[in-house]
Amino acid sequence: MAQVIKIQPITRIEGHASIGIQLDDSGNVENARMNIMSLRGFEKFIEGKPAEEVPRIVSRICGICPWMHHMASNKAVDRCFGVTPPPAGRKLRELMQTIAHAEDKLLHFFFLAAADFVIGPDADYAVRNVIGIAKANPELAQKVVQMRYKAKMVLEKFAGKAIHPIAGVTGGFSKPMLEEERREILATMHELLDFALFTMDFAKEKVFPPYLDTIQTLGVINTGFIGTVDDAGALNLYDGRIRVMKPDGSYTDFDVQHYADYIGEHVESYSYSKMPYARFWDEGFSLDLEDPKGIYRANTLARLNVADKMATPRAQAELEEFREHFGRPAQATLLYHWARLIEEVYACEHAIELLQDPEITDTNIRTPAEPQAGTGVGSVEAPRGTLIHDYSTDDNGLITRANMIVGTTHNIGPMNMSVNQAARMLIHAGQVDEGILNRIEMAVRAYDP
Amino acid sequence: MAVKVASEWLNSCSGCEISILDMGERLLEVLKVADFVHIPALMDHKYFGQQGDGTHLEIPQADVGLISGGIRNEEHLEVAREMRKKCQFIVALGTCATHGGIPALTNSYSNRQTLERCFATETTDANDFSPAESIPVFLDACYALDEKIEVDLYMPGCPPHPDHIFAALVALVEGELPELPGKSNCDTCPTAREGKGNLKQLRRFLQAPHYQSAAEPLDKMRCFLEQGILCMGPVTRAGCGGDERPPRCISARVPCRGCYGPVKPDGNQQLDMLNALASNGIDIKSLPEFTSLLRFSGAHQLLKPIPKQKEV
Repeated sequence: MAQVIKIQPITRIEGHASIGIQLDDSGNVENARMNIMSLRGFEKFIEGKPAEEVPRIVSRICGICPWMHHMASNKAVDRCFGVTPPPAGRKLRELMQTIAHAEDKLLHFFFLAAADFVIGPDADYAVRNVIGIAKANPELAQKVVQMRYKAKMVLEKFAGKAIHPIAGVTGGFSKPMLEEERREILATMHELLDFALFTMDFAKEKVFPPYLDTIQTLGVINTGFIGTVDDAGALNLYDGRIRVMKPDGSYTDFDVQHYADYIGEHVESYSYSKMPYARFWDEGFSLDLEDPKGIYRANTLARLNVADKMATPRAQAELEEFREHFGRPAQATLLYHWARLIEEVYACEHAIELLQDPEITDTNIRTPAEPQAGTGVGSVEAPRGTLIHDYSTDDNGLITRANMIVGTTHNIGPMNMSVNQAARMLIHAGQVDEGILNRIEMAVRAYDP
Repeated sequence: MAVKVASEWLNSCSGCEISILDMGERLLEVLKVADFVHIPALMDHKYFGQQGDGTHLEIPQADVGLISGGIRNEEHLEVAREMRKKCQFIVALGTCATHGGIPALTNSYSNRQTLERCFATETTDANDFSPAESIPVFLDACYALDEKIEVDLYMPGCPPHPDHIFAALVALVEGELPELPGKSNCDTCPTAREGKGNLKQLRRFLQAPHYQSAAEPLDKMRCFLEQGILCMGPVTRAGCGGDERPPRCISARVPCRGCYGPVKPDGNQQLDMLNALASNGIDIKSLPEFTSLLRFSGAHQLLKPIPKQKEV
């Protein structure tokens, strides 16, 4: 009987997944799949709950990106109840979400992904991790820990809770920002921007160069992309039009209120997560490596690919350099890491812009609301991709129906393809070692938050 | 010699693990005295061997085992049992582990109802989903850890504050039991209580609470409950603000929803809150519904499918 190799659990990612690689009698890959192991059922159990309570319930979908669920949910509830946050309320939401993005990218790069590059994909697992990095480069580790902590403390000190936030409220934000707080947070964000620029250079000079061949080959697939852009076509993490790009670079923009006309979700029995795809391309769904159907990707590389430009100067310079090297759309999976660091620069720059806006300290932050029957869709860009919450409420403002398309799920199909591609490229005649299996996981890690 | 630590996450969101990382530089101190031997969030130790050819799930021996998340499926159960077998001391980390947490809201519904909805949303293609062999099947409900394995220390919180995670790890490394706050959230809340008013109704949190100005300190703002806004502080365990800060939600001028679980480990936040309101003359029918009062502690059979929804 042919052999099955289990990579379980997939590690240094958020969530519960495993990989099963089926080898044929001659030890070559017959099939490789990623299994999503858990389902908590948020779409069901928020039914009957008061809509205004839901943004602080659905945050628990993800402990890494709770701010994004919190905001997408608040936007959906605002629409159900027909309220619009005042400008300062909207800007405070966006600022907090942007700072959460800035913190998250440091977490992903240094704590989860970097070990594969800095320590090396074949190193012993006992040292191929952030603890190994801390021992090998204590100075850098201390700096990273300090920077992340500062960003998290901004969220906690100003907005009460950093993990599972509560400061976004129906109709706006829960507290205004004092001038003193603004100055303090602005100083922190300048420090974070300096560190983001250092990290970008560090990665381009020291981290990626030895792996340029791997980057061009490992997990590489050919797909479309999804992201959010503003009216000028620039990448936006908080609001805008959804843009879905085909592999050939042509694209369609739409208002997220109509997402169900564009996106479908495919079901496979080996995954509790569904697999969103571009239903409106009218080509069906297929994960075939040579001829995928309906498949697009989300998350950092996707957002950079769909955007015409970046809205801030340093990030725009980085995007131009990136496109010179890799073109548009760039397809190489490990470039997600590179794109993530460009987004880190953008997030820091944009937070600074928001903090320099005089309106941010305005005390009109919340529009009072009343419960009512309604329907509303809210979306933001989460670290892992376009995040959509869609609710209906009854006359009493209780949730009657919820549909969510979570950032992660856009990439479930593509991750399966990347795993399959990597396994086929790396495993021959039954020859498998820990380094090979870790490289296959690297094809998944690229897509993480 | 360093203390060996194993860490696992079950029916959870990873927020507890991120809270461990949110200790700041104290994390580097912890790493000097705690030797992590298994932590899927950060380290590549595998259940079935590093080459994926093992036949049974294995976690290394450890002195301390941290488990976040409740137990919802067969894999969670297997991992929890293996952790219990291999770890001297098990910490239930976070409210999902101690009381089921938000995911235990699923206990109001049968598995069939959950799967039917999740695999039949407006955007989902027609399908006849049933889990393949490679993914674990559900248990009949979402359980707190102590419903399935013995627990040595309970550290509720959604997530537990990094100050307390740090204090607990340091204490455990030194072979001591950490001291955790045991009072109610109100005991640590700075807002002003003026005593009983003649409040009869609660209103929903759809507008800001009253306070004079952005700069007004919290101790000048009147208690949420006294303002007629539901706050779960009286029936919720203290500690969310860590060593120095007031309750976290209150500090953002948002009422507590009970994320640290009941004050007494076996308390019932829903029953206790409704009793507290009723005994103060507040009409509990002014609340839009009651299930949300158990949103953090619906394990231990407190939330169940309502009879008419039961499968026949």
